[in-house]
Amino acid sequence: MSKATAAVRAANGGGFLHDQRKRRIAGDAAIYAILTILGVIWVLPVVWVVFESFNKNTTPYQDTFFPTEYTVDNYVQLFTQTDVLDFPRMFMNTLIIAVFVCVISVFFVLSVAFCMSRLRFRMRKAFMNIALVLGMFPSIMSVIAVYFILKALGLTEGSVVIFALILVYAAGSGAGFYVMKGYMDTIPMSLDEAAYLDGCTRLQVFTKIIIPICKPMIVYQALTSFLTPWLDFVMARSIARTQDNYTVALGLYTMLQQQYINDWYARFAAGAVCVSIPIAILFIIMQRFYQESMSGSVKG
Amino acid sequence: MSLSSTIGRLRGRSASPDDVAPSPYTVRAAFRDGDAATRLSAVVLGLGNLARGQVVKGLAFLAVEIGFVVFIVRTGVANIAMIPSLGWRTQTKHMNEQGYWLYDQGDNSVIVLLYGVATLFIIAAFVWFWTVAVRSAYKAQKLKERDGAAPTLVDDLRAFTDLKAHDLLLGLPVAGVLGFTILPTLFMMSMAFTSYDSDHVQLFDWVGLENFTSIFGLSGEVNAGLFGQVLAWTLVWAFFATFLNFFFGTFLAMAINRKTIRGKGFWRALFSLSMAVPQFVSLLVMRTMLQQEGIVNRVLSALGWIDQPLPFFTDPTWARVTVIVINLWVGIPFTIMQVTGILQNIPAEQYEAARIDGANWWQTFVRITMPYMLFVLTPYLITTFTANVNNFNVIYLLSGGDPTPVGASAGSTDLLVTWLYKLTVDRGDYNIGAVIGIFTFVVLAVVSLITYRSSGSYKNEGGFR
Repeated sequence: MSKATAAVRAANGGGFLHDQRKRRIAGDAAIYAILTILGVIWVLPVVWVVFESFNKNTTPYQDTFFPTEYTVDNYVQLFTQTDVLDFPRMFMNTLIIAVFVCVISVFFVLSVAFCMSRLRFRMRKAFMNIALVLGMFPSIMSVIAVYFILKALGLTEGSVVIFALILVYAAGSGAGFYVMKGYMDTIPMSLDEAAYLDGCTRLQVFTKIIIPICKPMIVYQALTSFLTPWLDFVMARSIARTQDNYTVALGLYTMLQQQYINDWYARFAAGAVCVSIPIAILFIIMQRFYQESMSGSVKG
Repeated sequence: MSLSSTIGRLRGRSASPDDVAPSPYTVRAAFRDGDAATRLSAVVLGLGNLARGQVVKGLAFLAVEIGFVVFIVRTGVANIAMIPSLGWRTQTKHMNEQGYWLYDQGDNSVIVLLYGVATLFIIAAFVWFWTVAVRSAYKAQKLKERDGAAPTLVDDLRAFTDLKAHDLLLGLPVAGVLGFTILPTLFMMSMAFTSYDSDHVQLFDWVGLENFTSIFGLSGEVNAGLFGQVLAWTLVWAFFATFLNFFFGTFLAMAINRKTIRGKGFWRALFSLSMAVPQFVSLLVMRTMLQQEGIVNRVLSALGWIDQPLPFFTDPTWARVTVIVINLWVGIPFTIMQVTGILQNIPAEQYEAARIDGANWWQTFVRITMPYMLFVLTPYLITTFTANVNNFNVIYLLSGGDPTPVGASAGSTDLLVTWLYKLTVDRGDYNIGAVIGIFTFVVLAVVSLITYRSSGSYKNEGGFR
C-alpha cells in the first residue's frame, strides 16, 4: 500500500470509523433477531416432545399445542407394562448392538483410513474409487438382499438376530473411511518419515503415532457408530421380524402404527425422551471432539 | 533395513505419491520363468512353497484349495447348474400311507439365484487367491535362488506388520464390504433381469432387458412419464436439500462466529439440541403435527389466520416445499457443527496477510474462506448430495411419498429410493425395483464422479498439508 492511500485513510479515519460502528451494531441486532427466531423454531418441537411425554391424555391430535394436564405415568408404564411392547428389552437389545458395532466400526474405519492415507500400495486408488462407487448404490436396495443372505446363513430366527444386526451394521463400515482419511491427510508426512528413519514398522507408526493424533476423530467415529443402531430403522425393520429382538427405533415406530397410536402416543414421546437423553449427552461430548478434529490434526 | 534404502523409498514416495513399481512376481512371469515346482503350483496350490521349505504357507494354500474343491463338488456345481433355469419344480403334495398330506417344497428361485450368485462370488475369490498362491510360489523360488533360502514363516508374519501392513489391516474390512455390501448389491442387481414380481413369487425366469424396456414404455404402472417425474423431483430435491443446507448452515455458523456476537456456545447448543432427538422421532412428530387435523392447522385456525387446513401433504407443491423445509430443520445443525470447526481451522496468517494487503470482507470471503471450505468440504458436499438422493428416511417417514394420485405407483414426493422400496416391499415387484435401483446408481455415479474428479481434494490430496 502506498503512503498516499495510507494518508487518505488516516484523514478519513474519524467519519469512517463512526459509520462502521453503526453498521456493526445494526448487523449485530439483525443477527441476534435472526438467531432468536430461528432458535425458537429449532427448539420448539424438541420442547414439545418433552412436554408431551408428561401428558395425561395419551391420544394424538389434541386441541392445544401443549398438554393441559401432566403426569409421570407414561414413563412408569413404559418400563413396567412390558406385555404389549417390551421397551426395556428393546433398550437392552439396542445397547448391546451399539457397543459391538462401535468397537468393530472404529477398528475397521481406522485400519482402512490409515492404509488409504499413509500407505502407498498397488490398487490404492482403485480401492478408493470402488468405495466411492459403492456409496452410490441405494442402500435400500441391499437391505432386502441382506435379509435373504442372513436367512440363508440361518441368522434370522431367535436370539441370533442380535448377532445378525451387529454384523449388518458393522461389516460394511470399512467403506466409510473418507472422513477419517481426510483427517489423516492433514497430519504432516514428516512425522511418519521421522518414525521410519528411527526404525518403526508401519504397524507401529499406525498404533503409536497416527492413532494417538486421531483421538478426536476416533471419538467422533465411535459415537456415530454407536448411534447407528439407535437411529436406523429401515435395516432393523427388515431383519428383526419378531418383537423379542426389536431395537428401540423399531419399537417407537410400532407405537405410532394404527393399532397402537391411540394408547401409546404419550408413551412414544416418553420413549423418545429416554432415547434422546443418552444421545444428547453423547452429542455434547462429540461436539467438543468433533470441532477439535475439524480444526486440524497437528496445530502449527 | 538400511538407512539409504529407507530414504530412497521415502524420497520415491514424496516425489510421486502413487507411483508404486509393478511387482516383478506376476502370474505370467511365474509361467515363463518358473521351474517345475512353481508351475505345478498352478495345479496343486502351495507346492512351490513346500518345495522351498515354506511348510505352513504351502499347507495353508493347499488347504484352501481342497476346501474350495470340496465345496464346488458338493454344492457349487449344482448351484451353478441351476442359474440358467432358476429352478422349475413347483410345490407338490402327495398322501402318505397314514393319510397325511406331505408337501414337497419345490424350487425357490430367489434362493437359487442367491446361491448361484454367491457361488460365482466364491469362484471369483478363489481365482484371485490362485493368483496370490502362484505368485507366492514364484517369489519363493526367486528369493531362494537369490538369497539361498525363501523367507521363513516368521519373516512373512513380520512383513505383515511392515511392508504388507495394508494386507493385514484391509483384510477384515474388505471381507465385510464384500459380503455385506457388494454381494447383496450384485444379487439385487441380477433381479433386474428376471421376472421376479408379485405374480412370480416362487418361480421366475430370466427375461433379459424386458424390465428396462418396460420402464420406458408409455403405459403400465411404471412408465416413462412417471419415471421422468420421479427422477426430476429426486434431482431437484437433492440439489435443494444439499445446497440450501450448506448455505443456510454456513450463514448461521458465520453469524454465530461473528466477533461481536456473545454467547457463541449458547447459540450453538441451542441449534444442536434438535440433533439429540433421533431423526425418525422428530420426523414422525412433525408428520403428526402437519396433518390436516394436526396441531399446526388447529392452532392456525383457532387464531383465525386460516379458513381451511393448509394442505401440507395433500397438495403436490405444498408437500414438496414442506419436505425441503423440514429437511433444513433436520440438516442445518449438522452443517453448523461441521462448518464451525472448519472456520476456526482456516490458518489465521492468511487472514492477516489479506488484511495487510487491504482486502475487504467480501474479498476475504471469496478468496480465502470459500476456497478453503470447498477444498475441505467438496467430498462432504458430494456425499451429502448422494445421501440426499438416497434419503429414504426423510421422505418415507414424513410424507410417505404423498400425495399419490389414485392408482399411481409413485407419489409427488417419492424419490427413486422410496419408490423402489414401495415397489419391492409393498408390491413385491422386485425386478422393477432393481431396475430403478440401477438407474439411481447411474445418476449418482455420473454426477459425483464428474464433481469429485474435478475437485481439489481429489487431485491434490496434500494441498493444505
